[in-house]
Amino acid sequence: MYSIYILTIVLVILSFAINRQKTKKAFVIGAKKLWHITPPFVSILIGVSIVLYLVPNDVIVKYLGNADSYFGVVIASIIGSATVMPGPIAYPLCGILVQQGVAYSVVAGFSSSLMSVGVITFPMEKAYFGSKFAVLRNLISFVIALIIALVFSLVSGWLI
Amino acid sequence: MKILKQVNIKPILFVGFLIFIGISYFVEFTPGILIAGNFKDFLLQMVMVIPPIFLLIGLFDVWIKRETIIKHLGKGGGIKSFLWVFILAAPMAGGLLPGFPIAYSLYQKGARLSVIFVFLGAVGIGRLPMVFFEATFLGWRFSVIRIVASIPLVIIAGIFLGKLFEKKDYKLPNGNMLNQ
Repeated sequence: MYSIYILTIVLVILSFAINRQKTKKAFVIGAKKLWHITPPFVSILIGVSIVLYLVPNDVIVKYLGNADSYFGVVIASIIGSATVMPGPIAYPLCGILVQQGVAYSVVAGFSSSLMSVGVITFPMEKAYFGSKFAVLRNLISFVIALIIALVFSLVSGWLI
Repeated sequence: MKILKQVNIKPILFVGFLIFIGISYFVEFTPGILIAGNFKDFLLQMVMVIPPIFLLIGLFDVWIKRETIIKHLGKGGGIKSFLWVFILAAPMAGGLLPGFPIAYSLYQKGARLSVIFVFLGAVGIGRLPMVFFEATFLGWRFSVIRIVASIPLVIIAGIFLGKLFEKKDYKLPNGNMLNQ
């Protein structure tokens, strides 16, 4: 989190030292783009906060804790796709799942789809890149999450 | 403002949400209060991340020449392009949501589609702040296995999707609010 601030500050100072005009222009461009993206952004945040309420952590633990491995992987990947969670919430949850005896493959399917498949962020992705792009990227990312889970079930007991 | 139309945002949604939250607090409606808490947490997190990202996008727009991006991330960039976007994605904060505008800026400057796909994949699997979190709670072995398994999958998928879309001569929607 702080790294991005340090990077930004250093680059702004550097840019300002080299060319004030260009730096001003960069601020204007950044501010304009931020302004235009704010309304869809806020509405997605509203969606995220509602979904997170509907699928709270104890529900996730309950469903994944009792699921057998292959079924669990699919369920976990679907839950991961449907939700958006910041890392500081997601990974402690993954840690709880492992402690409760949930298979590593299930946790891998969940965390991978969580990080790369976004059903809630779909409207935003569609607006930038079009629906074909957004649909295919999300579908393939979902398949990738399943393959990663499969890799974990192959190496479990051997590497992990 | 075309993008707003595409996402179909109405201010009334936000106003309605605020009213819902206000009433929830007033009558102590628990789901409403919990949703408000989630919203606040997310908003704060994004408010921390988003402004510097857009400032960086502005600097990128002003300083980086189109030719440079075309050369390294465009058609002739080769396999090295993918290395570049993994490096670019590694320090990112905030996930896919701030990843989209960055990917879009790259595309506008001439990056090819497969590179965009790999970049978004890298944002999903390879952000260092997330890897540290993951390793803390699931162990380094987990992170290493996941990353080693993910990288080739993301690159292969990116190349495949890029080819597919270029064959169809895919054009991004030109609801281009970023150039206004």
